[in-house]
Amino acid sequence: MSKLDLDPVLVARARELARRAGQPVVDLARSHTTVSVERAVLRLAGVSGADPDGIPWVNRLVDAVVADVGLGHGVAVPVFDALAREGLTDVTLLAQKAAAGSVSFALPTGRAATAARSAARRAVGAGIRRIDRRRAERDRLIKRHGDPKQRPWIYLIVATGDIYEDIPQAQAAARAGADVIAVIRSTGQSLLDYVPEGATREGFAGTYATQENFRLMRAALDESSKELGRYVRLTNYASGLCMPEMATLAGLERLDMMLNDSMYGILFRDINPVRTFVDQRFSRQVHARAGIIINTGEDNYLTTADAVDEAHTVTVSQLLNEFFAHEAGLADWQLGLGHAFEINPEVPESFRLELAHALLARELFPDAPLKWMPPTKHMTGDVFRGNLLDGFFNLAGTLTGQGILLVGMMTEAVVTPWLSDRDIALQNVRYVLGAAGGLHEDFVPAPGGFIRRRANQVLGEALDLLERIGEQTLLTAIAEGTFGIMKRPADRGKGLDGVAAHEADYCNPATDILEAAA
Amino acid sequence: MSERTGQHSSATIVRPYGDTTGDGMVQVSFTLPVAHDKRAEGAALQLANRMGIDPAMVVHAKPMGDGFTFFVVYGRVNHLVDLDAVQVVERDFALLSAKEVNTVVKQRLRRKLSVVGACIGTDAHTVGIDAILNVKGIAGEKGLEYYRELKVTNLGAQVSVPELVEAARVEKADAVLVSQVVTQRDAHLHNTREMSAAFREAMPAGRRPLLIVGGPRFDETMTDELGVDRIFGRGTTPGEVASYLVHALITQRKANT
Repeated sequence: MSKLDLDPVLVARARELARRAGQPVVDLARSHTTVSVERAVLRLAGVSGADPDGIPWVNRLVDAVVADVGLGHGVAVPVFDALAREGLTDVTLLAQKAAAGSVSFALPTGRAATAARSAARRAVGAGIRRIDRRRAERDRLIKRHGDPKQRPWIYLIVATGDIYEDIPQAQAAARAGADVIAVIRSTGQSLLDYVPEGATREGFAGTYATQENFRLMRAALDESSKELGRYVRLTNYASGLCMPEMATLAGLERLDMMLNDSMYGILFRDINPVRTFVDQRFSRQVHARAGIIINTGEDNYLTTADAVDEAHTVTVSQLLNEFFAHEAGLADWQLGLGHAFEINPEVPESFRLELAHALLARELFPDAPLKWMPPTKHMTGDVFRGNLLDGFFNLAGTLTGQGILLVGMMTEAVVTPWLSDRDIALQNVRYVLGAAGGLHEDFVPAPGGFIRRRANQVLGEALDLLERIGEQTLLTAIAEGTFGIMKRPADRGKGLDGVAAHEADYCNPATDILEAAA
Repeated sequence: MSERTGQHSSATIVRPYGDTTGDGMVQVSFTLPVAHDKRAEGAALQLANRMGIDPAMVVHAKPMGDGFTFFVVYGRVNHLVDLDAVQVVERDFALLSAKEVNTVVKQRLRRKLSVVGACIGTDAHTVGIDAILNVKGIAGEKGLEYYRELKVTNLGAQVSVPELVEAARVEKADAVLVSQVVTQRDAHLHNTREMSAAFREAMPAGRRPLLIVGGPRFDETMTDELGVDRIFGRGTTPGEVASYLVHALITQRKANT
């Protein structure tokens, strides 16, 4: 049912333009690899742990292989060739020996190459089967405990820096009504070119994402799910220099959602565009396999640019995120496309504009569980006004049928949320969903009215922008600052030295398995 | 207390205002780690009384989670405020919005203001420099990259002092921002002195960029000792740094010439 009377020809045109802009980037991603992709392959093959300095063995092993034969062949074959030559069965042990300099890597030929390829495929296949088992386990638990009774799902953030402090807070939040718990990462983790190890108790404005922290939190929320009779989901962040590894670890530890945006790292963290697109594609293939819902980061555009003038950049980014996600094998139900309630409340008719934008996303992506992000930019420290604004945000969310609602805090920009802030925020959500949870059924904007006109205008502006991108390719558009105000050339940015073009004999058993299934 | 208290702008002794001059009414909210019962409400009253609120009314008490209660309390606070005794440390530069910073740079410098940032020495903690420089910023405030009129070069971590001096030269830096988090054996102080000495050696006084260091353990009064123009401590935001840059490089400099 259409509430905005969008022209289906224009919508199809927008998707086609997004495909045209995105396809060259996909081709690039298919013909390159990165250190993080290769480390993810090794994690799937069973390399785990870190050296005494905290540097993961996957990093040591990839560095050793790259030093001997380069990155462009993929590390799987040289690693499993060396494993056979050394007469070892444990890849982590091989990594330790390689780090000590007692193993050298080569590119095998003939029989040795065939043997190394099939050994690598077996080991990586075992890792992917572990992810499959975790997905089946999630399906069982959802069946047993059930999904949340209402839409949108209520998404709450914890972030103390200490995983052992996060756990009771997350469990309390779940008891208070949260359906999804997100553990915010330590500031700057997205720029680390390795994944820290073990349980961590110190972070900067957040808690480090590590495999052990994932495991501890998932186990705690499994207890909560059982206690509450609904499956409580867990979210963390893939974005950054380690997207492929984060996706792998999330799959292995049964996380349920991951922040994974196609351009966030490029625009907001100055990560090299090629590195980002290669890493992103692999990470999304893993998410697709693991049954993880991605959350994209369009809300970030609106915190840096004007939410009215730049509304169409959100639509464009959603369309690109959708294209890249589908190409990587993600289904519509896995696309938590983002957008946010960030229009200046002083702007006349700001709420109607918000409704128009939110409904546009809803109508363009009818089967995606859209992620609705609360006001942050215009939260001032006036907590009373903030609570009112959050109430309108909640109302817009339910009126426009959003799938995932990130609970806004009236103390945004003041303190990290207190216990009472969360309680008041949840009370706000409960009131709105309780009082108006079904109002979206009655909410049909008048034909020719303000909301319909505004939504169509934004779609038109999105089409114009996509046409412009189409003339110059996405990488050029990013280089020239089309998104936000940041210019990000393809030959600059962090992590570029960890990118290599595929050699003719490039071998990545993980990609082979993931693409065979798709 | 004089009769004039709180009635005129000339009054120097004031009390909070509810709906009547001099009524002293305040509203506070807080959480106690106590399950909600009569004793908990008594505990809230006791706290309010000790805060100087007497009489106090617990107008709202709500249990939260296991063993916590949230209270809203209204009441008359018996403290007085003496305006003459108020002491504030004024920032020596005006805090500007991103738009204002851009306008001043554009109109008065008439070119982009070049900023080079790095973590020097072995320090790999780019948290600080990234919070100030990256568009993402910190605590909802965008970093310096977000300012259209600033040209930001972020060299990242483990940059050597000669590399930093060279980059500052190439980028014609107006300001150099250095972040130091690691403080083992006073590494942050040694590194900063080495950096300022290198700039003094490499460039004549008038041509040297503004040298700024930041980090959680610096003493903001040590600028002379470390040979830098400004030190920023814990909790500094990008907006403060941008405002300072405009003040030191444009507003103040023009005022002096």
